[in-house]
Amino acid sequence: MPMDFKTALFYILSAILVIAALRVVTARNPVHAALFLVLAFFNASGLWLLLQAEFLAIALIVVYVGAVMVLFLFVVMMLDINLERLRQGFWNNLWLGGPIAVLMVIEMIAVLSARSFGLDAMPVPADPATGYSNTKALGAAIYTEYVYPFELASVILLVALIAAVVLTLRKRKDTKKLNPSEQVAVQRKDRVRIVSMPVEKD
Amino acid sequence: MENAVLSFFQWFWNLFGLWDPLWAMIEPVWPLVWVLMKIVAIIVPLMLTVAYLTLAERKVIGYMQVRLGPNRVGPMGLLQPIADGMKLFFKEVLVPSGANKKLFLFGPILAIAPALAAWAVVPFFDGGALANIDAGLLYILAMTSMGIYGIIIAGWASNSKYPFLGAMRSSAQMVSYEIAMGLALICVLMVSNSLNLTEIVRAQDRGWFADHGVGFMSWNWLPLLPMFVVYFISGVAETGRAPFDVIEGESEIVAGHMVEYSGMAFAMFFLAEYANMILVATLTSILFLGGWLSPVGFLPDGFHWLAIKISFFLLLYLWFRATFPRYRYDQIMRLGWKVFIPLTLVWIFVIGSWMVSPWNIFK
Repeated sequence: MPMDFKTALFYILSAILVIAALRVVTARNPVHAALFLVLAFFNASGLWLLLQAEFLAIALIVVYVGAVMVLFLFVVMMLDINLERLRQGFWNNLWLGGPIAVLMVIEMIAVLSARSFGLDAMPVPADPATGYSNTKALGAAIYTEYVYPFELASVILLVALIAAVVLTLRKRKDTKKLNPSEQVAVQRKDRVRIVSMPVEKD
Repeated sequence: MENAVLSFFQWFWNLFGLWDPLWAMIEPVWPLVWVLMKIVAIIVPLMLTVAYLTLAERKVIGYMQVRLGPNRVGPMGLLQPIADGMKLFFKEVLVPSGANKKLFLFGPILAIAPALAAWAVVPFFDGGALANIDAGLLYILAMTSMGIYGIIIAGWASNSKYPFLGAMRSSAQMVSYEIAMGLALICVLMVSNSLNLTEIVRAQDRGWFADHGVGFMSWNWLPLLPMFVVYFISGVAETGRAPFDVIEGESEIVAGHMVEYSGMAFAMFFLAEYANMILVATLTSILFLGGWLSPVGFLPDGFHWLAIKISFFLLLYLWFRATFPRYRYDQIMRLGWKVFIPLTLVWIFVIGSWMVSPWNIFK
């Protein structure tokens, strides 16, 4: 049976996604790892586009690729990461980490595999009518039905944001901080004093 | 338009009596060929505009400084961009010995690809967009936020001090101004009730003024005046042009991320920068100045109006460069975070309250 275009696209995107995700963990260079993570985000966004969830797909790119990963790269590039030290104790911890990883894979397969996921309980939604906007539907759901959970989540994020600022805030005495409005408001008489002196004769 | 193009081809190839066998071959892939033709029809004029924008920049700044600008190659220096292009094309692309070779060559590609991809959703006239998608504005935001990777990767892969400083500066600056830009866009999509760029232009054609023949008063620039200014200034900062050009900052960090590049690799960054400038000018015209709409009722709408509006904003870019001294870095951050973002947030509330009040004009 020949695959239709969408299925083929799904397999291509998924294959690149899995390979990129593996390379995030195995890449020797942390900057490469971060860039592979960007690639993984891209392909995940492609998968969402295939599901006709264009708002979520583009939001993934805007938020994670456009902002979060940029700052991530910013930090990773500044750090002098010693890979040898990070790799120390890999074999010593493998006896504990390995089985846990295997257990997690088995659990995920158990939950997400087609048989137990209950695809029959959640049939494929009917093709939306023309003029149906995914973005509009999502907005309506968030701001009417789920407005309290949404507001709660935003307040929690705000608290986290303020907490992060407060934790890293320190008053330094040696900063040469300038106040631009004071700088602009400077008048000549604040800086220059014209002294009239009588001519000194020899 | 598709039919017109098809019938032209039919007429042309029928001159040689070749139409029927040719069409039998092309018909199965015609939709693909049609899209490719539209892409070429966007990219080629864009690249020509980039080439002549560089000439216009040197000429305009020259006249502003009472010089003549380039005037040796061709009549009035009109062939200067061609000469520049040929020079860059035939120069060797040097890769520094300490550089990460793959990423070093990947950087320019990552810079130019989003700069071109963003044009896919731009409507040039009514119905004249390559892809008239619903979430067009979001797509543009996504693509413009990608452009920064080219700069960061180039800065890091060069393995050199100045490019790295340039990359760090650009990542901080672009992320900051993206927020102000995005918040300004929220106001636009609130009043036009759509994310589709064609719809946003059409929404500006409605209103009391548009009905009375003075359409330019109905455009978004008037009710959203602060956002119009914030958007364009953020756009200048986002493209890293003067007076926000600390990314290149030739007197401080030589040329930032481009120090180690030569030949076509350098030209790619150049093309990406200018393509982004034209994109910001186009978006400002579409979102705030009514795109292809005519300013007055008795003149017909059309692409020429969009071209005039784009040229005006491009002139502003050059004018800024000739006029303002470069911002200090902390002042750039202050302007972005302490002035623009609070202003846009307040204006979202103002527009929101206006829209639920009885004086709502955006219907």
